[in-house]
Amino acid sequence: MSTQKPAGLRIRDLRVVFDGFAAVDGVDIDVSPGDVRFIIGPNGAGKTTLVDAVTGLVKATGSAAFDGQELLGRKVHHITRLGIGRTFQTAAVFEELTVLQNLDIAAGTNRGLLTLLRRRKSVPDSVAQAMETIGLTSARDRLAGTLAHGQKQWLEIGMLLVQDAKLLLLDEPVAGMSQDERDTTGELLGMLSEDRTVVVIEHDMDFLRRYARTVTVMHAGRILSEGSVAEVQADLKVQEVYLGHAKATSQALVQEV
Amino acid sequence: MTLVFSQLFTGISIGAVLLLIALGLSLTFGQMNVINMAHGEFIMAGAYTVYVVQQIITNAGVSLLVALPVAFLVAGAMGVVLEFLLIRRLYTRPLDTLLVTWGVALILQQLARDIFGAPNVQTRAPDLLTGSITIFSSGDGNDLMVANSRLFILTLALLAVAALTLGLRMTPLGRRIRAVVQNRDLAAASGIATGRVDRMTFFIGSGLAGIAGVALTLVGPIGPTMGTNIIIDAFLVVVVGGIGQLKGTVIVAFALGMMQSLVEYSTTISVAKVLVFLTIVAFLQWRPQGLFTLRTRSLA
Amino acid sequence: MTTATGRSAGTGADEKPEHSADRTRRFGPGTPLRAAAGFALAAIVLFAVAPLVLGDFRLNLLAKYLCLAIVAVGIGLAWGRGGMLALGQGVFFGLGGYAMAMHLKLADAGPGNLPDFMQLYGQIDKLPWWWEPFANPVFALAATVLLPVFVAFLLGSLVFRRRVRGAYFAILSQALAAALAIYLIGEQGTTGGTNGLTDIQGFFGFRLDDPLNQRAVYFIIAACLLLMLALVRQLMHSRYGELLVAVRDAEERVRFLGYDPANVKLVAYMVAAGMAGLAGALFVPAVGIISPALIGVVPSIEFVIGVALGGRATLIGPVLGAIAVAWAKTTLSEQFPAAWTYLQGLLFVIFLAFLPNGLASVAGLVRRRRPAPADRKAAQPKSVPLTAETGGAGQ
Repeated sequence: MSTQKPAGLRIRDLRVVFDGFAAVDGVDIDVSPGDVRFIIGPNGAGKTTLVDAVTGLVKATGSAAFDGQELLGRKVHHITRLGIGRTFQTAAVFEELTVLQNLDIAAGTNRGLLTLLRRRKSVPDSVAQAMETIGLTSARDRLAGTLAHGQKQWLEIGMLLVQDAKLLLLDEPVAGMSQDERDTTGELLGMLSEDRTVVVIEHDMDFLRRYARTVTVMHAGRILSEGSVAEVQADLKVQEVYLGHAKATSQALVQEV
Repeated sequence: MTLVFSQLFTGISIGAVLLLIALGLSLTFGQMNVINMAHGEFIMAGAYTVYVVQQIITNAGVSLLVALPVAFLVAGAMGVVLEFLLIRRLYTRPLDTLLVTWGVALILQQLARDIFGAPNVQTRAPDLLTGSITIFSSGDGNDLMVANSRLFILTLALLAVAALTLGLRMTPLGRRIRAVVQNRDLAAASGIATGRVDRMTFFIGSGLAGIAGVALTLVGPIGPTMGTNIIIDAFLVVVVGGIGQLKGTVIVAFALGMMQSLVEYSTTISVAKVLVFLTIVAFLQWRPQGLFTLRTRSLA
Repeated sequence: MTTATGRSAGTGADEKPEHSADRTRRFGPGTPLRAAAGFALAAIVLFAVAPLVLGDFRLNLLAKYLCLAIVAVGIGLAWGRGGMLALGQGVFFGLGGYAMAMHLKLADAGPGNLPDFMQLYGQIDKLPWWWEPFANPVFALAATVLLPVFVAFLLGSLVFRRRVRGAYFAILSQALAAALAIYLIGEQGTTGGTNGLTDIQGFFGFRLDDPLNQRAVYFIIAACLLLMLALVRQLMHSRYGELLVAVRDAEERVRFLGYDPANVKLVAYMVAAGMAGLAGALFVPAVGIISPALIGVVPSIEFVIGVALGGRATLIGPVLGAIAVAWAKTTLSEQFPAAWTYLQGLLFVIFLAFLPNGLASVAGLVRRRRPAPADRKAAQPKSVPLTAETGGAGQ
């Protein structure tokens, strides 16, 4: 375990505008090093767009800095190389490659040309370790496309592990998972956060209650509320928004309170 | 001065032909993202329709007017059959579609050769369209003359654009087509039979190729390979114009026509081709999505 | 270290136990031993069997087919593994071919003389400046490969970096082929126009009408093909090859791992271009001509059908496919030109619509392949799942 303190994410006045519509409308967020921050909010609140902006997928104005390095305006792969990794709502793994190959690619960003042009002789330690962690060691030669939905999500998390990202942005990591799979993912999340900063977009309130350290609620492109799980749940504005927009979620939320 | 105008008008008429050819593509490629290499052979079918109609109706003017709707139906029907038999299965594989339709194009060309013979065939243009009118008289013999046939093509192209624009905006079918383009799943969930809309889009897009074929009989030879020679230029027009946008296609067709004409005048045809290609590559550096982009959730 | 493993470990393990062991690895398809056997077999066929069995005429035909096969190997890499449908390989084939032919024409004419066609057309009385360096054999030989690679680098780095891909890339590469063919036809005085560069007599001091020298040319071509196969095999099995497949299937995802997919694609495209250039250069002494008809839109697409037929993502499939298609073309097109066109059209339809993995997939069914090599499925770049979510939050 590294003794160095992981760095934090600092977002100031972030705006993403699509054809005149502000999907993210002036957002300030600070995620301190080592935090596990959940971002919740109704559909269309701008959560995914926020992550897209931070990772360079969409153009944004304002500022988003990690470890003191400004991220906006950089290319996607440059941002990644600063130690920022993300997953996607739909698991994005390389379906025609094996589990081992998927992880090996994720681990290999800094390989030189000569290494790239040679065949892989042995399994790198970090890859072997990650496979063990995500429980796919026995599936290492299976094509990722043949994995179960949950396993694909774990493979993505495994790719983040070997990628050595310092800031992880996870977009709905437990959507569509069974309760067992959720528990496993939660354990993985706990492990990831030991020496990394984690931001999770999630709808699942039970999952949030168990694993979030801090919560940010977004609504219509803005920050509605921020604080600990209990603080956010007690916030009347949050309840109002959820009552107005998504009944099922609101009930879940109110029941938690 | 006359020379500049004359080159400009040549550019406009090249542009009008390009526009007519690209218009159908702006539906099938632009709206549905299908690369139909057989589109050129649908144009050829339209041109041969004129030839066949003239065997029956000898009056050149009447036969041309009759050929327009018939060519639309013939090419449209070919498009629907192609969509139903092959393209429908390939919507998730655009590159394979390109090659499959190339195969269809080869077969159609050979069919044309077997039916009409390999040499080009002749059609008669109506008297009204064979002459030219003087637009600008300079007095020194360098009058600006414009061929009537070119004016006819320009008018036809603009009419087709107007009809297509209005059709997409005003009619229920047009609204459905746009709905399917912008969000296929949502359209399907709203009760639109997306498969049928696809077929109709393909019918109209291919039908427009037939109309273009009729127009081409006025300015060039009719032969089995006439489609291949022009189809790539037409695809470039749609690529540069931007997917799913009619106005992009219109502007770029005329711009490319103009450029071709002006560069050709100052250099040679072969150099003009290369320069136009390089300009397109350079343009795509600036706007990789084309001149106008339609923002949907499926485009990053 | 972890507790996360227990629950999930079972799911993967017991589905396909037979290939969990490493011992199949040394002998199965795609292993070094197997490859060595394959190369040995190919070498025996190309260097011993074919020259013994085939007469001069047929061996020369085979030499021509092997040139086309070299192009196909490159397309297999770029298209099958990289998802780049390179429809303009004729351009690179042509650049290599013209570079070689220009040198040979100059050598035929002798120092200080104009090539015969320039004298014939009589449009110029001095060698154009861009012909001059090709008098140097070293420059010309290097140019046959490096010129195509350079053009591919220019086009590729412009186009891939701006994320022009898929169909757009295919159309652009096609347009390039059209533009080059039209240019060559138009500049008759310096390029030979529609006829191209024909009637090539000598090949670095050897007369090409000597059957023995023709055999030598065949051996050079066969050796080059084997060399290119070895090169592409190394690329396919390297980490780069895995990365290329990753880029093919999910370009955006690769970006989020810290790679620039444009560079990954560029390498494969340049390799494919270099191979097409080499093939064009070898084609000239084997056939004695290079002309715009060999490099335009139509021949450029024809390069692809053999690759599709044999199996685009495999190593040997494109070679066998290209040879088969070229052979069928020679056999059929002279006697039944119409039948050949129909057949060619049908090949495109059948193999791309219904058998996108080519005959290799049929063979694969019989052999029941190990899942590890990534060459099982089609090279169609799937729409990246993540892009569906990125257009904006506005619902």
